[in-house]
Amino acid sequence: MDKPVIDIKNLWFSFNGEAVLQDVNFTLYHKEFLAMIGPNGGGKTTLLKLMLGLFEADRGDIRVLGQNPRQAAHRIGYVPQDIHINKNFPISVLDVVLMGRLRSGISWSHHKKDDRIASQLALEKVEMEQFKNRHVDELSGGQQQRVFIARALVTEPEILILDEPTASVDAKGQAKIYTILKDLNEKVTILVVSHDLLALSSYIKSVACVNRRVHFHGAAEVTEEMLEMAYQCPVELIAHGLPHRVLRAHNGD
Amino acid sequence: MAGLLTSVICGIIGTFVVVNRIAFLAGGIAHAAYGGIGLAFFLGLPYIVGTLGFTLFAALIMAAVTLKAKERADTFIGVLWAGGMGLGVILLDLTPGYNVDLMSYLFGSILAVPKSDLWQMLVMCLSVGLIVIFFYNDFLAMSYDEEFAQLRGVPVKGLYFLLIGMIALSIVMIIRVVGLILVIALLTIPPYIAEKYAQSLRMMMLISTLLCCMFTITGLWLSYIFNLTSGATIIMVAVAAFFISFLVQYLKNRRLYSKAIGD
Repeated sequence: MDKPVIDIKNLWFSFNGEAVLQDVNFTLYHKEFLAMIGPNGGGKTTLLKLMLGLFEADRGDIRVLGQNPRQAAHRIGYVPQDIHINKNFPISVLDVVLMGRLRSGISWSHHKKDDRIASQLALEKVEMEQFKNRHVDELSGGQQQRVFIARALVTEPEILILDEPTASVDAKGQAKIYTILKDLNEKVTILVVSHDLLALSSYIKSVACVNRRVHFHGAAEVTEEMLEMAYQCPVELIAHGLPHRVLRAHNGD
Repeated sequence: MAGLLTSVICGIIGTFVVVNRIAFLAGGIAHAAYGGIGLAFFLGLPYIVGTLGFTLFAALIMAAVTLKAKERADTFIGVLWAGGMGLGVILLDLTPGYNVDLMSYLFGSILAVPKSDLWQMLVMCLSVGLIVIFFYNDFLAMSYDEEFAQLRGVPVKGLYFLLIGMIALSIVMIIRVVGLILVIALLTIPPYIAEKYAQSLRMMMLISTLLCCMFTITGLWLSYIFNLTSGATIIMVAVAAFFISFLVQYLKNRRLYSKAIGD
């Protein structure tokens, strides 16, 4: 098998003395499409930030593309959860995408022509090129998400990490985002935090349940048990065009 | 001339203060600057040297605290705010033969700026301008999405200190014009109005510079005609403009709203 893209071993992380993640182990390979599910406060976003090197683990080891997360951070495209933090900020769609072309370290931060071309192409990929001069604030939730995906894409990432990309997006917008992700998955590894496993079920290749501990399910199999975990209430499992498959129980459950 | 330089500074730095939402921090720096003024007089240093040194020092402490312990930062800024003021007053008390018009630092005296200060202001203005041009996109990314900027390898912490340092520098300059009590108004009102109409950070800076210029000139003119304190008049013009823009925005929103209902 080829080299792991993300390799986590015996990872522990606590915040203000409270354990957020305990003994996390998992390995993600090239061109994987992993969905991360779990209750709010279960540590999903924390785990992402550990992979990005924004947080430091208490114990254990994380390797991203064979490197320390902080060194590998620029090889990951990250689409954060909160994109509405700065609502009135005067910034155009193109300017947001250009942010992905910033060079690291101290240098003249001027954008060159090829930065603009790359950003233009990324916007075309997410079908947002006609909005490039618009104020980000004027766009719908789904359109904004696509802009942020474009920003992650211009960094030419080897891994794409998205934190609840469809949280404030209507059904039509969601389908569009998932189609875009599916196309991208032909080249890059994708890791997505999501609550709607149903919508994702035909794209994902594996699932990780994150609730302090992480249970990794190698092949994409959607069970009622997992959905219950995602929605925290029993739901009937309907997956179009997918035969029902049964997951083996979590070890020790 | 002093007013013009101040306007450029207000436009650029004020924009960063508003989009980063650090008006309170800027207020803390402005009031701590009074300690610097006291120190300058007590030790017999020139205004710019004493005040700038002390203010930069206080500002960098505040920046460090905001980075380290965000949730306690407001209390700490409040302490430095008051502490700086107190220190300034005491130092001025202790200065023998003190007879400088205190009011000119509290409320500014734009017409009494000496030529040597003007040169220093010009140099500061140019350096702030160059720094901002050089790091424009880095500052933009940091202000908009600090986390993402950090992931791209932008030296976010260094830039933050640099920004706070530049704010301190600007405040020391603007104190000459409107005084330390009113600095915050001039630093926040023009960018706030500009933010609503600007499509980019660059444009926001330009609009706020123009607005600031307009306020300063109108204020000076009114203060001359009615024989009022210039700094206060400038600020009152800015405050009036603030409420007018607020009203215009409100009416515009209401019209849009009723239109939407009508459809």
